[in-house]
Amino acid sequence: MDHLDRLESQSVYILREAYKSFRNLCMLWSIGKDSTVMLWLARKAFFGHVPFPLVHIDTTYKIPSMIAYRDKLALEWNLTMVVGKNEAALADGMNHTRGRLTCCAALKTQALRQTLDGTGSRYRLMPDGRYYPDPNREPYTGVIVGARGDEEGSRSKERYFSPRGVDNNWDLDDQPPELWNQFKTDFAPGTHIRIHPLLDWSEVNIWEYVERESIPMIDLYYDRGEGIRYRSLGCDPCTRAVRSNACTPLQIIEELKTTNVAERSGRAQDQEDPHAMEKLRRDGYM
Amino acid sequence: MSTTLEQPLAAPAQAVREQMNIVIVGHVDHGKSTLVGRLLADTGSIDPNKIAQVRAICDSQGKRFEYAFLLDALEAEQAQGITIDAARCFFQSALRDYIIIDAPGHIEFLKNMISGAARAEAAVLLIDAHEGVRENSRRHGYMLSLLGIRQIIVAVNKMDRVDYDRDVFDQVRAEYTEFLRQIDVQPAAFVPISALEGDNITDASKRTPWYDGPTVLAAVDAFAKAPPPEDQPLRMPVQDVYKFNREGDTRRIVAGRVTSGRFEVGDEVVFLPSGKRTVIESIEAFSAPTQTGARAGQATGVTMREQIYVSRGDVMCHPKTPPRVSNRLRANLVWLSRQPLRRGRTYKLKMATWSGLCEVEEIVEVIDASALDSAGHHDRVERHEVAEVVLRLRRPLACDLSHEIEETSRFVVVDGYDMAGGGIVREVLAEKADQGAVRWTAEVGAIDRTLRESKHGHRAAVVVLHDDLGENGRTLAALLEESLWQAATQVYRLNLLPDDLHKAGPGELQVRSISFGLIAGLVNTGQVVLVTVPWVDDLTHAESLRLPGIEAVPVVQVRFRAEGGEDEAEDDWVFDAARPPRAVHDAVKGRLLPLLR
Repeated sequence: MDHLDRLESQSVYILREAYKSFRNLCMLWSIGKDSTVMLWLARKAFFGHVPFPLVHIDTTYKIPSMIAYRDKLALEWNLTMVVGKNEAALADGMNHTRGRLTCCAALKTQALRQTLDGTGSRYRLMPDGRYYPDPNREPYTGVIVGARGDEEGSRSKERYFSPRGVDNNWDLDDQPPELWNQFKTDFAPGTHIRIHPLLDWSEVNIWEYVERESIPMIDLYYDRGEGIRYRSLGCDPCTRAVRSNACTPLQIIEELKTTNVAERSGRAQDQEDPHAMEKLRRDGYM
Repeated sequence: MSTTLEQPLAAPAQAVREQMNIVIVGHVDHGKSTLVGRLLADTGSIDPNKIAQVRAICDSQGKRFEYAFLLDALEAEQAQGITIDAARCFFQSALRDYIIIDAPGHIEFLKNMISGAARAEAAVLLIDAHEGVRENSRRHGYMLSLLGIRQIIVAVNKMDRVDYDRDVFDQVRAEYTEFLRQIDVQPAAFVPISALEGDNITDASKRTPWYDGPTVLAAVDAFAKAPPPEDQPLRMPVQDVYKFNREGDTRRIVAGRVTSGRFEVGDEVVFLPSGKRTVIESIEAFSAPTQTGARAGQATGVTMREQIYVSRGDVMCHPKTPPRVSNRLRANLVWLSRQPLRRGRTYKLKMATWSGLCEVEEIVEVIDASALDSAGHHDRVERHEVAEVVLRLRRPLACDLSHEIEETSRFVVVDGYDMAGGGIVREVLAEKADQGAVRWTAEVGAIDRTLRESKHGHRAAVVVLHDDLGENGRTLAALLEESLWQAATQVYRLNLLPDDLHKAGPGELQVRSISFGLIAGLVNTGQVVLVTVPWVDDLTHAESLRLPGIEAVPVVQVRFRAEGGEDEAEDDWVFDAARPPRAVHDAVKGRLLPLLR
């Protein structure tokens, strides 16, 4: 077994434990490279099926081709696709000019919280390609998230199975022990567990696996002849492309070997405050 | 402009780099995070911008730049200057890639240290040359031994504070070597270092001319990558049984990870403790070439020649090399919960994919891990203590001994909602008659269950219906009660209510026992007992109900999933919560009636 086989095996094991342990389980799919690899790993774990819904938190400011790619793959792969939004904040005209972190808190953190606990709007993609109100209003008790340990400081402290309190908060000062692939699957009513199958993967591993498995990745990650590509995807106004000529996974891997630029350097919210991500994540951000 | 044409169409095949998890442990303030920060910086594994960013934070707080802050990226940690949790970061040597786990040295955070160390293949144990061997130097050494980490180097840090004095180094080495000898650990090297000044980290230091051993980097590179235990007997703990028939997939796949050994298609296998036997028909995989065998480390799935029913917790193995099957274990464990482990109390035990209830029969010895002295109490194990205990399980499990096969000899103990301890099985013990505790029994009349069953014309049974999703369980139970009664079946319905059952702590189990006692009584009168339970944990697994009087009757559980597949293990029927109650009723009744004949 090589290192990708080991990473795959551990992720598959974690996904199967999650499926066995939670009655109402979902996977967050941001359309980015990590959660798309995670979606592929779910198909590996369940022999071609994905037996839980994919949840996308749509800020409505995403790069438009992300939405088209999402719906195309969801229909092709027979996915249960659920989209959640903070409709109240959107009706109120929330956008990044009111402050990037304020906008993230409303359209991502708050939207996620409401979607997960069933109080916010959930829409489900039907075979006709349109979204209708989702009949499943139960709170999700298990939420699979594609966070990687090497992305930024606070994520490197995560557990594979990480409890969230009634307010979605992460008590990272008192995390439960986790050993020998025994995970926290017992939890009090009203709380839920975040599951992190990609914790051990690095950015390079993700692209190595995309290459090996020929995973159809959204083309924003590749240079399409303009000398730029995205390294991390987010909302259109707050995400910058990087200068790059890489147009295949192998070329991206080569580029990552020589770069010293942080993966999330194109994500404006991280630069607002040195502890921006930790603060967002303590409140329930992915 | 695109550079595609200037580059070869495919990158040259590159050797895949090896990856290893290592952990850095030691007493608080002995310099673990500084060492890791140093390794990251000196091997060029960290973004210079990140160093600049951390430097800016230090400047703004009026602090001297410290390598430790590269890891202690969390606000609280920088404020307090200690590592709270096991951080993970990545660094590269010329030889391989490392995931390096920096574990906290403060005693408060032992559970985090253990969580970090349990994932490691090798360890660097740090000792402050100036302070010498301290309590947690010993405790962490002991934990590494308990966790089964055999590859260890000891770095004697802060040599700059003792003027690189060889005598100080030799003294620490002698004292710690003697301690490690008692717990059967042999370190690969002792390295004198200064993480702060960078001595003997990646390059040999001129300030320790008397030392001719490896640097930390060289010693870490000298760790051997342990191969997955393919040559040991086959163990594949069953994780789940899938049948995704909603999408027209008729395969019934037994899923699990091979934890040791290997198997081929066509092998005869036995599942323990259930004892079911069959032959491997195929290995299933998505988007992968056809496989004829699987080996240790692989998460896989098989179909079987006969449709035998196996369930989670069974261990697949070859008939000639089975694990032990027992319900009494002698084990070593470390306790991490603020509530002490108490003799006589019942906990949940999880080993590989098995879980069930266990009672602490005896606390043989409690060891103070920092001194290797006996703590002198036998009724409890306090937080951070290590003990030898005897555990009695409600039903048998398949396991190995810790010196034989690691994965299937390790367990954790869950108290309430939390993982409270971890341990390893040293010995399996024979069943022993009860001593000491007075147990009440009742004599029952001459008309026993069997007589009643023949008069009723059907067997007794227990159906446990989970009621945690939209009251599906209760709706279904009411439908079943009605239709079974109409079909002249002796049936009794019991909805266990949340008010009684969500009391935390020991009371919770007691309430369950009382309810279970009632169920046992009803079974003895020949009833088909329908019991709905509101909670979600797996203590309600039908097998946990194997109480006296119930073991001879069919016990099944019916569960719902909000999304996804339906399963059909022998005693665990899972339905799609969206299916109409009447349709689920028909399916359950259809499967139940044959069991009552």
